[in-house]
Order: sequence, then C-alpha cells, then structure tokens
Amino acid sequence: MPEAASLPLDDPRPPRKLYRSSDGRWLGGVARGLAGHLGLPVVWVRLVFVGLFMADGLGALLYAAFWFFVPLGVGGVGDQKPSLVGTESWPDGRRRLVARKPDRGQIVALLLMVIVSMVFVGSVDLDSAAKAYLVPAVLVAAGVALVWRQADNARRARWVEVGSRRRTLTLLRTAGGVLLVTAGVTVVFVLQGSAAHLGAVLQAALAVLVGITLLAGPYLVRMTQDLSEERLMRIRAQERAEVAAHVHDSVLHTLTLIQRNADQAGEVRRLARAQERELRAWLYKPEGTGKDEADEPDTVAEAVRRNAAEVEDKHGVPIEVVIVGDCPLDERTGAQMQAAREAMVNAAKYGGEGGAVQVYAEVEGKTVFVSVRDRGPGFDLDAIPTDRMGVRESIIGRMERNGGTARLRAVPGGGTEVELEMERAEKTS
Amino acid sequence: MSDATEANGTGAAESGLPGGAGGRHVRVVLVDDHRMFRAGVQAEIGRTAETGVEVVGEAADVDQAVAVITATRPEVVLLDVHLPGGGGVEVLRRCAALTADAEQPVRFLALSVSDAAEDVIGVIRGGARGYVTKTITGADLVDSIFRVQEGDAVFSPRLAGFVLDAFASTDAPPVDEDLDRLTQREREVLRLIARGYAYKEIAKQLFISVKTVESHVSAVLRKLQLSNRHELTRWATARRLV
Repeated sequence: MPEAASLPLDDPRPPRKLYRSSDGRWLGGVARGLAGHLGLPVVWVRLVFVGLFMADGLGALLYAAFWFFVPLGVGGVGDQKPSLVGTESWPDGRRRLVARKPDRGQIVALLLMVIVSMVFVGSVDLDSAAKAYLVPAVLVAAGVALVWRQADNARRARWVEVGSRRRTLTLLRTAGGVLLVTAGVTVVFVLQGSAAHLGAVLQAALAVLVGITLLAGPYLVRMTQDLSEERLMRIRAQERAEVAAHVHDSVLHTLTLIQRNADQAGEVRRLARAQERELRAWLYKPEGTGKDEADEPDTVAEAVRRNAAEVEDKHGVPIEVVIVGDCPLDERTGAQMQAAREAMVNAAKYGGEGGAVQVYAEVEGKTVFVSVRDRGPGFDLDAIPTDRMGVRESIIGRMERNGGTARLRAVPGGGTEVELEMERAEKTS
Repeated sequence: MSDATEANGTGAAESGLPGGAGGRHVRVVLVDDHRMFRAGVQAEIGRTAETGVEVVGEAADVDQAVAVITATRPEVVLLDVHLPGGGGVEVLRRCAALTADAEQPVRFLALSVSDAAEDVIGVIRGGARGYVTKTITGADLVDSIFRVQEGDAVFSPRLAGFVLDAFASTDAPPVDEDLDRLTQREREVLRLIARGYAYKEIAKQLFISVKTVESHVSAVLRKLQLSNRHELTRWATARRLV
C-alpha cells in the first residue's frame, strides 16, 4: 500500500484501509474495492484480473484470496451511475446505501466469466484425467462463491437495515451453495477411487463431522450466548444513559434554578410544577420525551392539558386537571377550549391565592363539559362594570355564539366556578 | 381544623381519649421509603396535641411495614404505592388478615406521588380505603385519616376521574346492571369530587348530608373492588394497564 506508507507521521488521518466494495460489485467487490483504494478505474483492475486469469488461473486464485481476507466495506469508486446508487453519511463515518437496483452488469460479468473459462479450458493443454477433475472443481468454486456472497449480504444487511427481506431466497442460496460443493466433492471422490468406496468414505466423513460437532458444539453455543448477553447489556446501558441524560438535562437544571431562587416562593413553585409536569409526561407517556410535542393539539383532552400547562407556567398558580373521556377537537369544542383557557387565566389571576385551580373536563356522549374552579374571594358578574368585556365576551359570549352555555356561580365553600357546556359538531358523532 | 371536627363529632364521643382536637385520636403508621418525606409528614401531622394524630411507627420497605403494622396494630396506615420489595400492593396482600379483622381493623390510606391510573386502581383493588396524592395539605391529610379511620372512603379528584372514566367508557350495559353500574347519584358525587369539591361542599351542593356523601363514595369503592371485575379488567387491558 504505497499511499499508506507515504503518509507523514503527524497526519491525524488514519491510514486508509482496503475494503471490498459492496455497492456496484459484480462478484465479490474485490475489483471495485481495489480500484477505489488505488485510485484507478474499475475496468482496468478487472481487465488485469482477467489477464491474470489467463495465466494459468492465477487471477482466480488472487481474487479468491482477496475475497477471503479483505473485509467488506462501503466505498470503492463512487463515479459509477450515482443515480442508481446513492449513499448518505452515517454518524460513525460509514456511508449508508440508500437505494440499490439489481444491475445488468452482474449478468454480463457472469457471461464473460463463462466465455473466459471456456477459452481458458480450451487453451490449456490438459490430459483427459486432469480434465475430468475440472468439472467438480468448478462446481466447488461456484458453491463456495455462492455461500461467501451470502455472508457478505448478511453483513451488509446489518448496516443498511434491510430487515428479514427475502428470507427464503437466502436459505435457498445457502442450500444451493452447499449442494454444489457437496456434489463437486463427491464427484472428486468418485473419480479418485471406485464408486464402491463411496459409502465407506461418506460414513467416515459423517463420523468426523459428528465428532467435531460434539467437541466444538458447547463452545459455540456458549459463545453465541455470551454475545447475545453482551448485546443485551449494551442496550440496557444505552437506556440508562438516556434516562441519566434526561434527568441531567431537565431535572438537575431545574433544581439549580430552584436553589438560586429559593427566596421567591412563587417562582420556585412555578419551576417545580413545570418540571413535575415534564417529568411525568416523560415517564408515563409510552412514546415521546415530553419535550417535543406536536404543535397543535387535536383532541379535547390534549387541548385542556396544554392550556392548563401554559396558564400554570405563565401565572405560577398550580392547576389540577382531571379529564374523563376524550374526543377530537372540532370548531365548537375549539371555541370552548378558548373560553376555558380564558376562565383558567381569570381563576389564576384573581382566585389563585386560595390554592390550586381545579379544572375538570368530561366528554360524555355528544356533550363536552368543562369546569374551572378556584378558591379565591369569589366573583359577582353584576358588580363588574359593563365596559369590562373579559368574562362577558371571551367566555359567555363566545360559548353562546357557538351554541353552548356558560354558567358562573359562587361555590358554597368560597370561590368561583365556571361551567362550560357544548354539544359536539354533528359530523364527529 | 375546626371544620373537620364539626363534621366528625362521633369520634370524640366514642374514643373518649384525652388530647387531640375535639378529643379525637388515631394511631397511624407511616410507610414510605423516603426518609425525608416521612419526616415531613411527621412534622405536619404528628403534633398529637393539635391534630389528634399519633404516629406510632414508621417503615421503609415491605418487610418492615408488615412487621411494624403487625406489632403496633395501628388504626390507619399511610401507605406509599412505590416501595422496595413489591410495592404497596404487596403490603396490602400480606396484611389482608388484619384488614379483615372485625374487632379492630387496620385501614389503609394510599399516599403517593404517582397518580397514574394503574397505581391508583391497583391499591384500591388491593383493599386500600382511600387514595390521596402527596400534594395534599396537612389539614386535608388529617381529615382524610380520620375519615378512613371511621371506615369511609377518601378519593382524590384524580382518582374520581379514573373511576368515572372506567365506568363511562363501557356504553353497553353489562348483564347484572344493578350491581355493576354506578347509580346516577354516585356518578354525580364522583363528578363533584373530580371537580375538587370537599365532601362537605358536595353535601351542600346536593342538599344531602355528609354521611350520605360518604356512603355513596364507599359504595363506589365497593363496586370498584368487587362487582365490576370484568368491566374493569376490560378497561384496564384496553388501556394496557395490566
């Protein structure tokens, strides 16, 4: 590797490693990988291999060796048909395949190989005995190639996350490869001795195979078990790290803020409530972190919760929300939600001293009911000057315009309760 | 506090113990794995002369809790839902004999920071007589303890919401309707609890006595524990709670 050798010592870049290319390959990706590594056109490398193949099959041996020892990677020369094969950067530096179409090149390559082999067989002068071995040798080679490509595919599938697509095809290919190899080996045996010995040879082979399985089996099983266990531990550790990150990001920061504002009771309460809400959302919601919520709520329950949270944050008064049932938002209930929000703001502003504001929403059949209740000094609608439109317009007026009702009343124990009732629109029955 | 005594005049006549507000007295065991929280509750309600609550024992996990409860035989146990060793439900299961005792039953009041539906329904079905969240004020907690001591049920607004949700979500009437459905009145009472009303306020609002309100709530608890198993299971599985 001349390039790697010529790199200066203080270069921070790691030396380039040779990988076999997994995109746009014809057989094992050796030629493409090599071309990418050396900075040559692929065609040249391929021609060199073909040429070497003519020299008593040296090219084939070399190719096989490369295939065996060089790991599969993504890369090579990226100049070929970018419309077919797109790659995008992966966080760990590897590039990921985006789309890959089965190209005609593979078929062409196969045909070319057959032709070349024919020429090779024709040109090489062999006696009849050696020629007889050629067919089984080709069979074995084809089988090995099939299975090895299979292994490459499995490896690539891990990065590209193809999933378990074409499971049967995978099995079929493996079985085909094994069959080819077995057939080739059997033919060799048959050629070497008489067919009469075949049975004994097969028995011996089977015995050896069983022996090896018995000896190595436990180790293999334990190794796979260890591997899967280690994987599980890694997943657990990752989850724990995520929890720790969340707790660090939000909870510890909030606690710091609380320590700093310890003398301002209202601010501390507001911070604590907001943090509690966020943590709850994060803990109990099956998906989502509670941080990045959807922009617009589309159900009544969501809208009530959102409004209550916003009012709570803004005015620093705790709002306790109880919701029974749920339904999608429509025009009418949307207006009701706005009225409810106004009622919450009023309750927080004027009745927040007496304790938490209670919000209760219920969806029963076609009726949506919202009650907002505070424990403040109480409220008399008639005593309010007529030019103050907050309650009359924002709450009562809005509800009546949309076909609902709003009631304000004093609660026996002190405080005010606003009751909003609305029928849902017809279509969402 | 004077409000609460007015509503519970019976306690003084029966116990006749000295001290306590209005002569009321209750022996309580605190079960919570957070020492800080136990200390806080102790400071808030443990002044026996003022509140009438005497904390006779504390425990931090399930085994300790069972041991302390068996040894001291308190009237009310304040039980945290999340405990090392199996949680509050496990304590309830292992103290089932004490709860069922006819002479001097031990009653459980769940006190938890969690108001997730599965926690709430779990301990109520385990046999707790009430459920309040840890944000409750000291005075309200004392009031709840005395209510539970007298055998009444105490619901937080949140819990009332869950129960309403559970019974409302099944529109098709079940087979034994009389047993399983909540009555109109019980539903009304639960709605008012969910809206944050105290029992006394509910009584005024509905023109019934506090005792009637309490009996309605107890009826809800009974239905929740026993008769409504099928419905509740269906409800819980539909929401992936069990």
